[in-house]
Formats: sequence, structure tokens, C-alpha cells
Amino acid sequence: MAAIEVRDVTFGYGEQPVVESVSLDVAEGEFLGLVGPNGSGKTTLLKLIIGLEAPDSGTVRLFDEPAVEFDDGERIGYVPQDVAATEDEMPITVEEAVRMGRYPHRWVGRFTDDDRRSVREAIERVGIEDLADRRVGRLSGGQRQRVFIARALASEADLLALDEPTVGVDAESREAFYRLLHELNDEGITIVLIEHDIGVVTTHASEIACLNRRLYFHGDPEEFVETDALADAYGGSQRVIHHDH
Amino acid sequence: MYQPIRSAGNASIALQSATSRLLDAVLDGLWGTALDALARVTGIEMLGSPFMQRAYLAAVCVAIVGPLVGVFLVHREMAMIGDTLAHSAFAGVAAGLFANSILAVSVPPIFTALVVAAVAALLVQTLVDYAGAYRDTSLAIVLTGSFAVGSVLITATDGGIAVGINAYLFGSLATVSRTNAGSLVATTAVVVVVVAAAYRPLVYVTFDEIGARAAGLDVARYNRLLAVLTAVVVVGAMQIMGVILVAAMLVIPVAASTSVTGFKRSVAAAVAVGQFATVAGVTVSYWYDVAAGGTIVLVAIASYLAVGARNRLRIRLNRGGTRTESDAETRAAVARDGGNGENG
Repeated sequence: MAAIEVRDVTFGYGEQPVVESVSLDVAEGEFLGLVGPNGSGKTTLLKLIIGLEAPDSGTVRLFDEPAVEFDDGERIGYVPQDVAATEDEMPITVEEAVRMGRYPHRWVGRFTDDDRRSVREAIERVGIEDLADRRVGRLSGGQRQRVFIARALASEADLLALDEPTVGVDAESREAFYRLLHELNDEGITIVLIEHDIGVVTTHASEIACLNRRLYFHGDPEEFVETDALADAYGGSQRVIHHDH
Repeated sequence: MYQPIRSAGNASIALQSATSRLLDAVLDGLWGTALDALARVTGIEMLGSPFMQRAYLAAVCVAIVGPLVGVFLVHREMAMIGDTLAHSAFAGVAAGLFANSILAVSVPPIFTALVVAAVAALLVQTLVDYAGAYRDTSLAIVLTGSFAVGSVLITATDGGIAVGINAYLFGSLATVSRTNAGSLVATTAVVVVVVAAAYRPLVYVTFDEIGARAAGLDVARYNRLLAVLTAVVVVGAMQIMGVILVAAMLVIPVAASTSVTGFKRSVAAAVAVGQFATVAGVTVSYWYDVAAGGTIVLVAIASYLAVGARNRLRIRLNRGGTRTESDAETRAAVARDGGNGENG
């Protein structure tokens, strides 16, 4: 079954469409890497996919329901862009933030043993046990990123939607992070990942969508590397984009 | 035809007597007895006076609901909404007094204040929804607009109601009647129950609004709830704090306790700071016969400064002594990521 069905979707914040006539399906259990130049509408498409924005025309379906009406919050783990910019002064701890992953399961009432176990396991999985009692606002960008991933894991989401999750994360943690995504994907979790590092995304994703307002390519990573889609989408002659961090 | 009306009347009389019995039980039975006992034990006479007992009860209530709702406003950088709604409550008070003097009806000004503030809360939220980022502008328009309405209404009569308005502007211990104290207790109970029931959605929305939407929350609904709760708190606290100063109870205790790690613990700490400020403030204002609201705010600000100074001192002592490992780790991580984040 398709986890995501995007049909001829156009969307714009003003007059100009940011996303135009995009159609794409993502089957359950796939790992979609969403690439494209800056301002190409990747974040917007991701928001359309998880129903944070409603398309101007066309339809988006999420697990066979219209995305905007989808309210099984616990099935979606969303890690927004730039989590390093979240409110610093809120005295919330890492554990409290990860517990939020269980909130869609239990908006009121006491946490069950299951809830507590999920929280503990999520914290262990991303390796932030030693940060559990620290304030989220005092963490580095990379550590914060892991808190948000843990929150998504605690919710036991079926779909992880990640918007440039490794911006501002050191190389070593980034490697560990992608290994983790790989494992999660092997366990059957559908992943949509926005990533500017094309080398990374073609290595890890099971399919690539290349966007620059319109969809330039959607298919296998191997195929993607061989086509001109990248050059077309980026509007230049560049074939390989190097990012040194 | 007669029967149901009579029974409805009977029911309403029964309800009234039940409420008044409950009020007696809470004010005299519970609170009064406790403070009487405290007065005997400590020898502090003013604790035994029913007038001060009501003032302290109001103080305790205000210091519970203020920080409890304020914590969600402060961490969303919506602190000014309290002030805005206080000013619209003032317009409500003026409207109530105006109606009473012109139309010869008897509406409690507190009631009109609550209605107008709640409407203003929803108006602000609607403006914010439409104007998006221009939150400040929306608040400024509603704040000044309401105060303008209030000032026009006060001067529209021959000046008779201008006398009564002072108590609302600056707050007064004398305005805490038995009924006021009773309704403040009821308001506090309602606010505590609503915040407890909506605690998780409110925390989620406060921490990460987009994430909350992705988690399936109707964020706009919780924003409206928060705005209306703020209106309720502002009107409840207005009696002793005064319109101009009431927002302080939403903000200062929360600001004083942001250094406490853990959101729940920081809420508890904020309520504790609030209790200290209001109880000390009411006491001092009684001793020196000065405005309660102003005294409470000054005590709250003093607590805020004291906490800040203590934190600074602690950091300085930590620096001088051994640095904790985790602190050094964080600094290193921040330095590393900070350098990296720019070119991402």
C-alpha cells in the first residue's frame, strides 16, 4: 500500500507556486530522499505530505486518508528544519521533550508502563541517556536533533518526516544518525528525508525525488546518478555537488 | 404551566442557598478556621480579621492561576497578551458601570469585564491568525482600543463612575467582598482543572507548534483556550492587582523560575514565587497602608532579581571551582556545532 500519494499538487504561499504539478507515490517501507536546490519547495512538499499545508490544487493522501484531515498524530514523526532554533528559555528537559512523543497516544491520563518503556527505549536508541535530565535549550544543535528523533521514535511512528536533520551536526554523529535511519527503515518505517548532501542521500535512500518547484526525477538512486535530472533541476552544468563539512 | 416555572424557581433558590452554604463552608469553615488558628498560634492579629482573611485567600488564588497560565504565555513570547486583556477587562468594567448608571440595571462590573476580556481574547487570537507574525501590532491595537473605549465610557456619564474606577485601575484589598472571594476560589478551581486537563497539548504547542500540528493537534483551538484562560485569570486577579499591574502575576513569577530545570518543576517554582510575592505583598500593603497590587509586583520583581543574582553567583562560583564534566562537554559541542551550522 502507498504510504504517501501525491497527485498533481500545486501550492504557493502567494501568487507564485512553490510546488507545481507534483505527483509521486511512496510505498510503505520505502526511504525517500528529497533533494533539490535551496528554495526548491522541498520543505513545502514535506509539509504538504504530512498535512501541515493544504494543496491549492491536486490531492495528497497519507496512509489512504486526505493528508490535511489525517489526525493519527502518533503515526507521524516530524523533525522540523532548524530545531536548533527552538525556544531556548523553556526549561523543558530532554526526557520531558521525548515524552511528548507519547502524547498523541495519551493526551490525558497517566502514562502506562508501555509509554514509559517507549520513552526509555527511544532515549537509549539515539544515545542521549546521559542528557535525559538536561535542558533542551542548553544542548548543541546535534544533541537537540537527537532529542527530536527520539521524540519521533517514542511515538512509534510509521512515517518519519525529516527536514535536513543533520544541519549543524558533526560528521561522526551524522554517520551514526544515518546508520540509525537505515536500521529503522529496515524495521519497516517509511522515511522521507530532505537532505542537501546528495552523496549521503543516494547512499542511504531507496528512492530519490529531485525537486525544483516541479519534480525532475523520481526513482532509484543509481538511475538518478546517471541521468541529467540533477543538472536540470539545479539549472546548471554541475553534476556532482560537494559539501565539505 | 405553573408547575415547572415554580419548580425552576425553587431549584434556583435551592442552588443559591447551596452556593452560599458552600461559600460559608470554604470561607469561614475551612479558610477562616485555619487562619484563626494560625493567628492564635503566631499571635499575628491581622490573620484573624475576616477582611484580611479574604485578602489572603484572594492572594493565594491569584498566585496559583497567574503563573499556571502565564507559563504558557511567557514561553511563547506572548507575555503582552495578559496586559492587553487586562486593558480590555477595564473596558468591560467601564461598560458595566456605565450600564448600571444609565440603564438602571444591576450587572456586576466583574461580569462585564469577564465577557469583554473573553471576547477580546478571541479577537486577538483571530487577529494573530490572520496577521501572522504581526502579533505585537494586533496586541497593541486591541490594548489601546479597549482602553480608549473604557476611557470614553467613563467620561460619557457625569463623572459619577469615575470614582469607582480607581479601585479597578490600581486594585484594592477592600474590593475583595465575600462574593468576590468566593468567585475567585471557584475561578481558580476551574482554571486548575482546565489546565490540568489540557496540560499536554498546551506544553506541546508551547514547545514546538509545528510539531504539535504534525502530531494531530488543533493548535488554533488551544491558542484560543489559552487566550480565554488568560482573560479569566486577568479578571479574577484584577480585583487586588488592578488593571495596570495584573499582567505582572502572569509574567514575573514565571520569569523568576525559568532557571529551574524541568517544565513541571518550573511551574511549581513559579507558583511558589507567586505565593511569596502575593502573601508578602498583601501583608506589607496592610502594614503601611499602600496599594496591594503595586506592593505585590515590587516583591515579585525583587524575588526575580534575587533569583537572578543567586544564579549568577552560582555560575561564578562554578567557574572558579571545578567545572562539571557535562558543562564542559556542552560547551565543546556548542563550539563545534556552532561553527558548522552556519554553512549548512
